[in-house]
Amino acid sequence: MRALDPRLVRRAAPVRILLGLDTGLGVATAILVIVQATLLARVVAQAFDGASLDDVAPEIVLLALAFAARGALSWGFEVAGARAASAVLSDFRLELVDRRLRTQPAALDGVDAGEIAAAGVQGVDGLRAYFGRYLPQVVLACVVPLAVLGWVAAIDLTSALVMLATLPLVPVFMWLIGRYTEERTRERWVALRLLSTHFLDIVRGLPTLRLLNQSRAQAATIADVSDRHRRATMGTLRVSFLSGTVLELAATLGVALVAVTVGVRLVGGGLGLQAGLTVLVLAPELYLPLRQLGAEFHASADGLAVAERIIALSETGAEAARSAGTPAPSPAVEPIRFEGVSFAYPTRPGLVLDELDLDLFPGETLLLAGESGAGKSTVASLLLRLADPTAGRLTVAGLDLADCDTDAWRRMLAWVPQRPTIFHGTVAENIRLARAGATEEEVWAAAVAAGADEFVQALPDGYDTVVGDGGRPLSAGERRRFALARAFIRDAPLVILDEPTADLDPESTQLVGDAVERLRDGHTILLIAHRPELAWHADRMVVLEAGKAIVLRERRAA
Amino acid sequence: MTTVRRLLAIAEVSRTRLALSVALGSATVLAGVGLMATAGYLISRAAERPAVLSLTVAIVGVRFFGLARPLARYFERLTSHDLALRALGKARLRMYDVVEPLAPTQLGDHRHGDLLSRLVADVDSLQNLHLRRTGPRLVALVAGAVAVAVAAAILPAAAIALAAGLLVAGIAVPAATVALQRRSGTIEAAARGELTAELVETMRGAQEIAVFGRVEERIGRLRDADSRLVRSARQAAFAEGAGEGLRLLVVGATVAAVLALAVSAHAAGSLDRVLVATLALLALASFEGVQPLAQGARELRETLAAGRRLLELADRDPAISDPPRPAELPDGPFTVALEAVRAGYGDGESPVLEGADLRLEPGRHIALVGPSGAGKTTIANLLVRFLDPECGRVTLAGRDLRDYRQEDVRRAISVAGQDSHLFSTTIRDNVALGRPDASDGEVEDALRRARLLDWVQSLPDGWDTLVGEEGRELSGGQRQRLVVARALLAGAPVLVLDEPTAHLDPETAAELVDDVLEANRTRTTLLITHRPEGLGRMDEVLRLESGVLA
Repeated sequence: MRALDPRLVRRAAPVRILLGLDTGLGVATAILVIVQATLLARVVAQAFDGASLDDVAPEIVLLALAFAARGALSWGFEVAGARAASAVLSDFRLELVDRRLRTQPAALDGVDAGEIAAAGVQGVDGLRAYFGRYLPQVVLACVVPLAVLGWVAAIDLTSALVMLATLPLVPVFMWLIGRYTEERTRERWVALRLLSTHFLDIVRGLPTLRLLNQSRAQAATIADVSDRHRRATMGTLRVSFLSGTVLELAATLGVALVAVTVGVRLVGGGLGLQAGLTVLVLAPELYLPLRQLGAEFHASADGLAVAERIIALSETGAEAARSAGTPAPSPAVEPIRFEGVSFAYPTRPGLVLDELDLDLFPGETLLLAGESGAGKSTVASLLLRLADPTAGRLTVAGLDLADCDTDAWRRMLAWVPQRPTIFHGTVAENIRLARAGATEEEVWAAAVAAGADEFVQALPDGYDTVVGDGGRPLSAGERRRFALARAFIRDAPLVILDEPTADLDPESTQLVGDAVERLRDGHTILLIAHRPELAWHADRMVVLEAGKAIVLRERRAA
Repeated sequence: MTTVRRLLAIAEVSRTRLALSVALGSATVLAGVGLMATAGYLISRAAERPAVLSLTVAIVGVRFFGLARPLARYFERLTSHDLALRALGKARLRMYDVVEPLAPTQLGDHRHGDLLSRLVADVDSLQNLHLRRTGPRLVALVAGAVAVAVAAAILPAAAIALAAGLLVAGIAVPAATVALQRRSGTIEAAARGELTAELVETMRGAQEIAVFGRVEERIGRLRDADSRLVRSARQAAFAEGAGEGLRLLVVGATVAAVLALAVSAHAAGSLDRVLVATLALLALASFEGVQPLAQGARELRETLAAGRRLLELADRDPAISDPPRPAELPDGPFTVALEAVRAGYGDGESPVLEGADLRLEPGRHIALVGPSGAGKTTIANLLVRFLDPECGRVTLAGRDLRDYRQEDVRRAISVAGQDSHLFSTTIRDNVALGRPDASDGEVEDALRRARLLDWVQSLPDGWDTLVGEEGRELSGGQRQRLVVARALLAGAPVLVLDEPTAHLDPETAAELVDDVLEANRTRTTLLITHRPEGLGRMDEVLRLESGVLA
């Protein structure tokens, strides 16, 4: 991503305000730099000619004030930059969340939740350096050298020309070195990565190493790899520090050159002391912003990488069809049909579902089986409108679901996912997720039906016990039963159960199985399962194979 | 202060190298000072219109400093980074020594993956101690002292003013900045933590939120948390720029003071007029040395927080140790047993196991089932002495495990399962991890018995194929087979399989258990699982429920 990438500027109004502010502050800084240098030169020149302290006192005071003002400006830069960074990141975050929740909750691009959160919140440090230091430096590097050159030219054209002569050398050399080093450093950074993740690998595998009596032996490899890492890094740094050195060399030699030429001309009488001193004090200020720009560049690289990542996160993914549309008929009354439905994940090759034809009749319990990866959860996702088919359509009573209002449709569904999310909050709040405004009795009744009431009552605060991240930890079986309670409380015509007994021990399996049996009454159920013991709960069984529902077995309950 | 000192001891550096780095850093600053001061002298002297030749020394000086500075800086950067990397290597070794006896049971958390990743990041951040604290402080001290000394040689009063200014800018200003940032930084960090938690939870549960129609509510909550963070960040922003701002203030005051003193000294006749500019520019340029001290306060705070976490680990005493006169392992087959064992992980929490009895006779295949959290992994930890019982004892051939060396215990009893780590290296290296000197034939044999050999040989690089980070290039079933092959090669007489079929689908799981039991037909095997696959083939199935074995 380039600095001042339009995508960044376009999305964030705070950036534009900041840029304007920085420009203003930059101009003010340039003026102060010149004032500072002039005052200093004046005082010295006057003292040279025999002035007393009283004569120069006001200028000395003004000089101190000029510095103080520069201090205030620099403080202003940072504050503005930090505020802009947090505002920009806030915009990104909210946009990300909005997008994820409203349009693509299924997160088909497989991006980890933690990664999104990390990018959206931790990224502030990287962006702060970008906005608070790098952008202002860009402005300063444009404004200040120009102002300095202009003023010096007004005082003494020759000196200005000398400075001007040294200036172009800087970017030319830096560009040359940059090109030479870029390829080589990139290769090296890749090799470095392997060396630098070695320690983490060893540390993560410590229990395994101890079990195999190899933990002491590995200590030796740590020292060895660290040394190799150091050597490789130093090799890279030796080269990448060169461009900074060129800049510094140009700067200091430039100042030296200016000093010498000014001195020689002073001797010859072609220049006054005050003018000469002013030029001398201004000379470093010509190069300083450029040097600092180089220094701030790396911090900005981090910031831009973060922004790049966030933009990528918020722009990826297909859009699932949105709401507004005709209300769909109820699955309690009408059959749902998959008509030639095909589906492929954007990140994986091949079709998961291949012209699938499947019926779901009202009131029945359909068992959907198949090997892992056969597409069973995909069927659920399509029903839940978390994704859209890449070909074919889902219909209810002949009406294409894609044309129906998504929110209204989902209100008629309940879902027990394979890995239910327990949110930070009380047990009651978690169950109420499926039905806002449910009464205490309804929560309790749902928990009883799901086989969860007994263990909730055993908890220290019962239904007010805080669970989820940072709350009381729950076992897989307990979480499944909460999810079932959600399904009960929602009382929706269609219930989708995705592997309700997967990874559960025998008695949890029994409890869940009983709850499923209770759910069957008056609801249409799509039961996705691997385990044979649930087969007896179902009216019909369909097996998914190679993306199609091939085998159809009718099994009547006893 | 002891925190920093202890951390510096962990991230140790050679004094010679540090001295060299500081010398180069000081040389950089002093070259800059020399450049400006000499230039000031040159120009002032030139204004007296002497013979050009009398300026030669000054001219040479200016050029010399102009050249010396960038060179000194280049080498200083190399030296200080080299120093930091060496310190990093030492720190890693030291922390490894700290953590090694504590893993896995004393790291406070059974899901220790995250803790260990943070450990690595924390150790990495110790480099900042040198790069941003020790190094810059020493450079500021040395360069400042030399500058003051030079000023003193010209005009003692000015030297005092300069020294005062440098001290304020180098000590008081950074301290003030830290104080300003601490409070607002804490509030901001708290708000950030809250928002992260909300955000992660929302992203993880996005599908359920959408399906259950709670999107608006959730977005509202996030907006609130977000605006709280933005507000606290705004407050924190005020403290951000304080450092550099205050520094410039001090610079201005000092230069003004030095100028005033120089002018009055000259007016009084005690200072040559040529030296007025010299002094002023010397003072101005000296402040470059203290500039890095004000910045980087926040990174340093984070580094210290990381350091404190590391020290907390270092302060934990390893609970398991070897006896002074260890017993020798028996030669022939032996029985391993738990006798009325009570065991747990923390003083405050109730024990995970209570009165547990278990007998593993030679050659028997026993399964241990029970709901998760009941203590099955605890039994595995007890058997390999990652944990000692609170009451009762674990015996090997009738003797308490505590009478043996840990190393011997683990040669006799091995654990393999879902928590076994695969290293980012080749298949062969992973399999031969327990026996680095194993022959090719032995490795092949282990792979064959784990029923992985055919697949390995079908790969283009064979067993030199890299398995990826944590074995991500392999499927779940292949990973477990590799782990089994490793255990087979290590050849311990007692094998504990800790949830080897977790996260595998039933067909793969059944195949795996069958193959493992087949390969270990004569070996004492304890299969810990909550899945039904393979239970039919076991000699005995024990249930573990709420810490009690049935």
